[in-house]
Amino acid sequence: MNKRYLSIEQVDKTFTRNNTETHVLDKVNLSVAQGEYIAIIGHSGCGKSTLLNIVAGLTSATSGCVILDGKEVNAPGPDRSLVFQNHSLLPWLTVYENVALAVNKVFKHTKTSAERREWVLKNLEMVGMSHALTRLPSEISGGMKQRVGIARALAMEPKLLLLDEPFGALDALTRAHLQEEVMRIQNELNNTVLMITHDVDEAVLLSDRIVMMTNGPNANIGEVLDIKLPRPRSRIELAEDPEYNHYRREVLRFLHEKQKKVETIGARAAVGPTKEVAKSAAQR
Amino acid sequence: MTVQVNPEESRIAALSLPSADRVGAEFKRLGHWLMSRVFPPMLVLGVLLLLWEWLCSQPGAALPAPSVMLADTWELIVNPFYNYGGNDVGMGWQVLASLERVAYGYTLAVIAGISLGVLVGKSTWAMRGLDPLFQVLRTVPPLAWLPISLAAFQASHPSAIFVIFITAIWPIIINTSVGVRNIPEDYRNVARVLRLNGYENFTKIMLPAAAPYIFSGLRIGIGLSWLAIVAAEMLIGGVGIGFFIWDAWNASQISDIVLALVYVGLVGYALDGIVGFIGRRVTRGTAA
Repeated sequence: MNKRYLSIEQVDKTFTRNNTETHVLDKVNLSVAQGEYIAIIGHSGCGKSTLLNIVAGLTSATSGCVILDGKEVNAPGPDRSLVFQNHSLLPWLTVYENVALAVNKVFKHTKTSAERREWVLKNLEMVGMSHALTRLPSEISGGMKQRVGIARALAMEPKLLLLDEPFGALDALTRAHLQEEVMRIQNELNNTVLMITHDVDEAVLLSDRIVMMTNGPNANIGEVLDIKLPRPRSRIELAEDPEYNHYRREVLRFLHEKQKKVETIGARAAVGPTKEVAKSAAQR
Repeated sequence: MTVQVNPEESRIAALSLPSADRVGAEFKRLGHWLMSRVFPPMLVLGVLLLLWEWLCSQPGAALPAPSVMLADTWELIVNPFYNYGGNDVGMGWQVLASLERVAYGYTLAVIAGISLGVLVGKSTWAMRGLDPLFQVLRTVPPLAWLPISLAAFQASHPSAIFVIFITAIWPIIINTSVGVRNIPEDYRNVARVLRLNGYENFTKIMLPAAAPYIFSGLRIGIGLSWLAIVAAEMLIGGVGIGFFIWDAWNASQISDIVLALVYVGLVGYALDGIVGFIGRRVTRGTAA
């Protein structure tokens, strides 16, 4: 197996705004093998989203590069599909049409229209949304929207699946339920996944490796933790598992002792651009 | 004596019972709707008409009372589509002639307005260059354009259409550009990840995302066109509801003017309703 299916090499990112430069990411290096599930965890403002956006190609790195399957990434593309926290479904399209928009574009020349239709239905079935094909996003719950978002991302058959706090906006029960679904789907498809999260349990439960980032500015990878729990994993059995709790403790120790976040207004301003600023900077 | 009950009959009775209930419920709902939605405006209208009748029946009243007006214009009301040649045609034809002008001018305004709006929304340079111009020109009253368009076209018909065009275009441009500029980052990211080309991006992301804004511009535009056409026709003459009003004024037929105003109001209301309806259908309820 290719240990360097995805490699992030010396990625540096500086945002410039009103002549003040903010060095968000400082020479980040990471290699990911094919089929690996990576969770990136860190305090807010540490540049996790920026890193993910660079891998997605939505933001360009100031220096350094991202290589996926032997090719350099410098623009967004369907080989790296994204699931956003706020689902980003198009509100004027139905559940089916949202997925079909992606499928029809990506497989325009490689599948017949009947095959594409079949493929859309198969992916929606996989996330358990077959019952709501003709619903608009405004007519379904937050958890369902996220399911459709996941189906859309999976339907593109990406080389790399990027999840940006995919369950962050959901209530705890729905989140747990979706995590199970993602684990089941991951067992089936064995995708290469990069997931950003704030949730320690989610990181330990889902991933093969947890990448812990230091606080920004000048954020970097602080520690990498291998999660050697056998799959399939069950959250109920793991709750008592000493190994699971050891991993949990390791991550918590990193977040709350080594990288303790001091939240003050001055510090926040010093950290630099908020997400909105970063986004508008990315557009320029 | 034994009563023979036809089994067929009793079944019908049993079947019709719940449906009778449903009819009753339906009537109840209809009655409720009439009471809550139709009755209040009717009541207010009735009171106003009575007030008008009373005021204009006083000695020395300058305007006709509703009863007088109805008697004066009865011919026009019952016969909207007569044609005695020239300008002497029924109210239906007058309104249709005005609507035809509005249709031409408004259609041109929609095409040009949405195109320019997309350009201004997409390109910062176009916005900086054109926006000040638009902001100044949109404050020019519709009728102020009439002399210059008469001078340019040398004919009344295209001039009227131009006035409609220039009146309706500003809200369409401005709303479209705001809509295009406010397309959420997420939708643009979807387009970028899927690598939609320019045409796909325009039809699948940009237009639907901006549609609620565009339709509010279209709605303001159709209202302004209808306002402008009545005024423009007063000056250019020919068949049309605006000139009908002016003609009636010159002939001192005040009742005809009142009738024309009722027509103008109802048609304007219908136009607004039609554009609003199309907007709701197209945007699937996401528009205001």
